[in-house]
Amino acid sequence: MPDLPFNTDSAPASAAPAAAGPALSAAGRFAAVLGRELRLSVRHGADTLAALLFFVIAAALFPLAIGPAPETLGRIAPGIVWVCAMLAALLPLDRLYGADFEDGSLDQLLLSGLPASLVVAAKAAAHWLVTGLPLMLAAAPLAVMLRMDPEIVPVLLAGLLPGTLVLSLFGATGAALVLGARRGGVLLPLLLLPLSTPVLIFGAAACDAAATGGDPAPHLLLLSALFAAAVPLCPLAGGAALRDAAR
Amino acid sequence: MDASTTAASVRGPGRNLHRFANPGRFLRLSGAVLPWLAVSGVLVTAAGLIWGLLFAPADWQQGDTVRIMYIHVPAAWLASSGYLGLAICSLLSLVWRHPLADLAAVEIGPVGAVFTAICLATGSLWGKPMWGAWWVWDARLTSVLVLFFLYLGHIALVRAFDDPQRGYRAGAILALVGVVNLPIIKFSVDWWNTLHQPASITLTGSPTMYVGMLWPLLISAIGYTLLFAAIVLARTRAAVMERRIRALLMAQAAPEGAAQAAA
Repeated sequence: MPDLPFNTDSAPASAAPAAAGPALSAAGRFAAVLGRELRLSVRHGADTLAALLFFVIAAALFPLAIGPAPETLGRIAPGIVWVCAMLAALLPLDRLYGADFEDGSLDQLLLSGLPASLVVAAKAAAHWLVTGLPLMLAAAPLAVMLRMDPEIVPVLLAGLLPGTLVLSLFGATGAALVLGARRGGVLLPLLLLPLSTPVLIFGAAACDAAATGGDPAPHLLLLSALFAAAVPLCPLAGGAALRDAAR
Repeated sequence: MDASTTAASVRGPGRNLHRFANPGRFLRLSGAVLPWLAVSGVLVTAAGLIWGLLFAPADWQQGDTVRIMYIHVPAAWLASSGYLGLAICSLLSLVWRHPLADLAAVEIGPVGAVFTAICLATGSLWGKPMWGAWWVWDARLTSVLVLFFLYLGHIALVRAFDDPQRGYRAGAILALVGVVNLPIIKFSVDWWNTLHQPASITLTGSPTMYVGMLWPLLISAIGYTLLFAAIVLARTRAAVMERRIRALLMAQAAPEGAAQAAA
């Protein structure tokens, strides 16, 4: 277990906000949990990069399988980027609460005075900063490599911004749901992928609309509306699941 | 029976919702209702299907293929309303911790999944002569497929925990998250249709439906509903009994526990 030393590292980090007690406001505790997540992911650099590498490699397989013809490739490039981003965003979810659940840090996080829903929100924010944002940044060069029309790339990114945020929120909720389940890692994609289909539909539809001379704005607005709905609802559901898991 | 009736008196009569939470009372009530429900379900479904498949007029455009509708459309309705029932049970179990709602939610899952599968299979059979393809990536087909996956995910999740309570809670949360997604899937029909599949389906144009076709459809829909309810009720009864048998076996396994169980 190469990540053992880091886990023992993490315990005092999570204990710190609890020990500080009333001195920290809710926002301060939120920032402390978020900071801890980011610190941990920086220390697990290889794990953090794995999702990004998977994204790039999986997308690079498509030209090899389908053939390098620009018109075919350019036509399906938005779909490739979206599907690969969805799958790559799933990869780190398995360990989102896993280490904390096993070493007891999760109980400390829940006792820290931060509501369980905000713990989920902090985890989702950390997941987006560590996975979603790099995926977005990598998507632009990848889309050009897949022969997507460069004029559509801004639309793709405009869709990926709310899209990856929604995926992080859904992912943090789903990971809390399967916490402690047998074969949770296998179960998680089965639960999350059907739920994430609207994200994929609107994200790819925005690119299609832009490619065929239509207006991508309605799809992007719907994607943003989905995000606006997920911001309050997902932490609520995830928090309930997290409290059950820790009980 | 005795142990459960004493449990009811402890619980008190004030809470209407929990009146049916008592397993003994549930078993007695459902045992009285179930035969009627099952028999009427079979008879009404048979009547609707026989009328639809043998006596209803054939469509002027689709011919006899339209008769698939009498199997397909009620299954589709039950697939989505079954998920609604699953979500209502999940709400009852999350908010009021209703123990029978937990069991009912677990048992609705497979039944709803089977109805969704019937809907998908018959839709595919209908699609082949009408559209020339077993499967079209049309918004309606896709949304029902997603519904099928939601059912399967729920089935897998509630059974994935060693502690059944944890499974009920996780499944309930998932079902409610899924129901938020349901209208989105439904509304995506319009947006997706305009992009990918311009008006290939005219099957849903119900204004042209004759009364002679509408009646058998409605009757088989009622029959399907009764059957769905009967199957779920029977499965829930079986789950209650299974739980009781397990408790008895546990009590037998521990000699000192047996004395407590008998008391």
